[in-house]
Amino acid sequence: MSVPLRVEGLGKTYGELEALADVSFELAPGELAAVLGPNGAGKTTLLSILAGAQRPSSGSVSVEPRSVGWAPQQPALYGKLTVEENLELFARLEGVADPRGAVAAMLAQTGLEARARERVENLSGGNRQRVNVAIALIGGPPVLALDEPSASLDPAQRERLWEFVAGLAAAGTTVIFSTHGPGEAQRHADRVLVLDGGRLTFAGPPRALIEATGGEGDLEQALVSFLAAGAAR
Amino acid sequence: MRSLLRKDLLILRRSRLTVATLVLYPVAIALLIGFALSRTPSKAHVDVLDETPPGETVQVASRRVTVSSYVDGLFSGLHANRVSTRARAVGDVESGKVVAAVVIPADIAAKVASATAQAEVEVIYNGNALEQSLVSSQLRSALAEANLGFSEQIQRAAAQAIDLLLRGGNRGVLGAPPDFVGLQRLPSLLRRQIARTPPGPDRRSLEAIESFASFAAQNLGVSKRVLATVGQPIKIRSSVLHGRRTPLDTFAVVVAVTVSLMFLAVLLAAGGVALEREENALARLIRGLVSREALLLEKVLLAAACSFAVALAMLAGVGAFVTLDWGRAALWLAALACGAVAFASLGVAIGALAREVRAASLLAFLLSLPLAFLALVPAGAVSRGFYDAIGAISFVFPFKAALQALDAAVNDAHPGLGGAALHLIVLSVVFGLLGRIGLQRAS
Repeated sequence: MSVPLRVEGLGKTYGELEALADVSFELAPGELAAVLGPNGAGKTTLLSILAGAQRPSSGSVSVEPRSVGWAPQQPALYGKLTVEENLELFARLEGVADPRGAVAAMLAQTGLEARARERVENLSGGNRQRVNVAIALIGGPPVLALDEPSASLDPAQRERLWEFVAGLAAAGTTVIFSTHGPGEAQRHADRVLVLDGGRLTFAGPPRALIEATGGEGDLEQALVSFLAAGAAR
Repeated sequence: MRSLLRKDLLILRRSRLTVATLVLYPVAIALLIGFALSRTPSKAHVDVLDETPPGETVQVASRRVTVSSYVDGLFSGLHANRVSTRARAVGDVESGKVVAAVVIPADIAAKVASATAQAEVEVIYNGNALEQSLVSSQLRSALAEANLGFSEQIQRAAAQAIDLLLRGGNRGVLGAPPDFVGLQRLPSLLRRQIARTPPGPDRRSLEAIESFASFAAQNLGVSKRVLATVGQPIKIRSSVLHGRRTPLDTFAVVVAVTVSLMFLAVLLAAGGVALEREENALARLIRGLVSREALLLEKVLLAAACSFAVALAMLAGVGAFVTLDWGRAALWLAALACGAVAFASLGVAIGALAREVRAASLLAFLLSLPLAFLALVPAGAVSRGFYDAIGAISFVFPFKAALQALDAAVNDAHPGLGGAALHLIVLSVVFGLLGRIGLQRAS
């Protein structure tokens, strides 16, 4: 199932702190968007609101939280359970019709078959992150929200992850991910969303951000210039 | 919820050390408390130095009371060890072999017999304030018992002498004239003699003697009763309010089981909720997969079921050694169930406050142990104001209500099971709500 993701006037405050303010954007089915921004810009807050883990203070999201597969920044897994037990638990909680079948399929898709019976507490950080992402995918959601999904992965694992995510997007899954690596966004994202101080300051293709800052260099240089210019304003 | 329960049971099964600690530690604590409550205080070990000459007696009228009977009284109240020298007694106290030494001076019989100077015994303590405090009341009690026993013997000898004076005869009393006339018979004999005596100085003398004999017989009779009263002026008659009295050993069982129930339920529930946060899974669960209420309910049910099973097994196990009324077993189940749910609700409230299992366990432990001890403080052991404060604290936490419920179920004690169970249900709801608020804030 493919659905567009529409976010309108999203805001989130923690007491006096405004974490998100009037964020609006729309992603088409199958679109892959990267959320960029400095630490504390509101990237994690935005993705957790999309996933339904937090309630927004204002605004709306067009899709139900259960339609969003969410891989939080810190792997949310039970260390005492094996890889397949974690996957099966969340498959059942997601209401997947054939939990065992979905687990087998996900293990095959993510290359975790050999680790299926290992306890998560014994896995490396990279493999934990793979299980974390696999759980986000287990229900076959039309929208994926991945919070720094490649943070603990080695280069080979990253490539496998993005290959896999690109395949999902090609199949119509709308994907939004946050990252601290603009290079990753430049290579894999159709669109970048730049958050700064809780506000959406740019939304468009990576090339457009480079052009907006003089048209030279890569996305990382463009982002640094863009944020510096924003700070000067 | 079934998936969550299955997951938590799997985690518990794979956390053997944690589960063993969770079960064994509270059971050990509970048994220690129960053991301490059910045992009477042990007798203090003291040295007794009797400096009186062997066979020393106190003369009471024509009878003699041996001073050794006083020492025997001491031996019944204490673990008394006879020593022969003062140096040995002092040495034993200094070395800690005994907590005190009692010295009975050589002149004790003379002082008791003199009726002018009060006899004294000397008690030698070591310098340890704690030991001195612990033993002094026991020693005072033993000395008082020995005093009482000794004075009763003196009183009996005195009463016997008075009886002999009143009734006459000689009843085998050494030194008494054979078959002498007692004061009770003397007035009537004198009145007969007076009737046969013509008026004159002899008759007046006889009348004066008869008057004195009547007065003496009357007052000696009274003094015998006075002696008995002075020997033990007030007797103790005990009556217990609120039906039958709970035997100490079965109450100790109830305390031990309630402590186990509390620790297990509170720690499991607190740890269960905190684990969801520690594993970062809470946000993933409550984003629509499981409601916060269902999550808390699952933790309460799991913790309550586990603690209920352990507590019931413990109660049944202890029942093999202590007489329990198995006919009330259905009430035990009700009391344990109410207590388990209330403790588990307290646990989820604690767990919702903590970010990690260790912090939740520490918080649960730090809160539970003082609550248990506070609830066991008896009225009168502390000042009225402090006791009221303890009562208020105990009222808002489940330990005392759970203890009362189980005591009512096992021992038919007051207050009844109904009130305590209702109290526990209310506390379960309150702590469940607090847990829900805590979880809202946590997420």
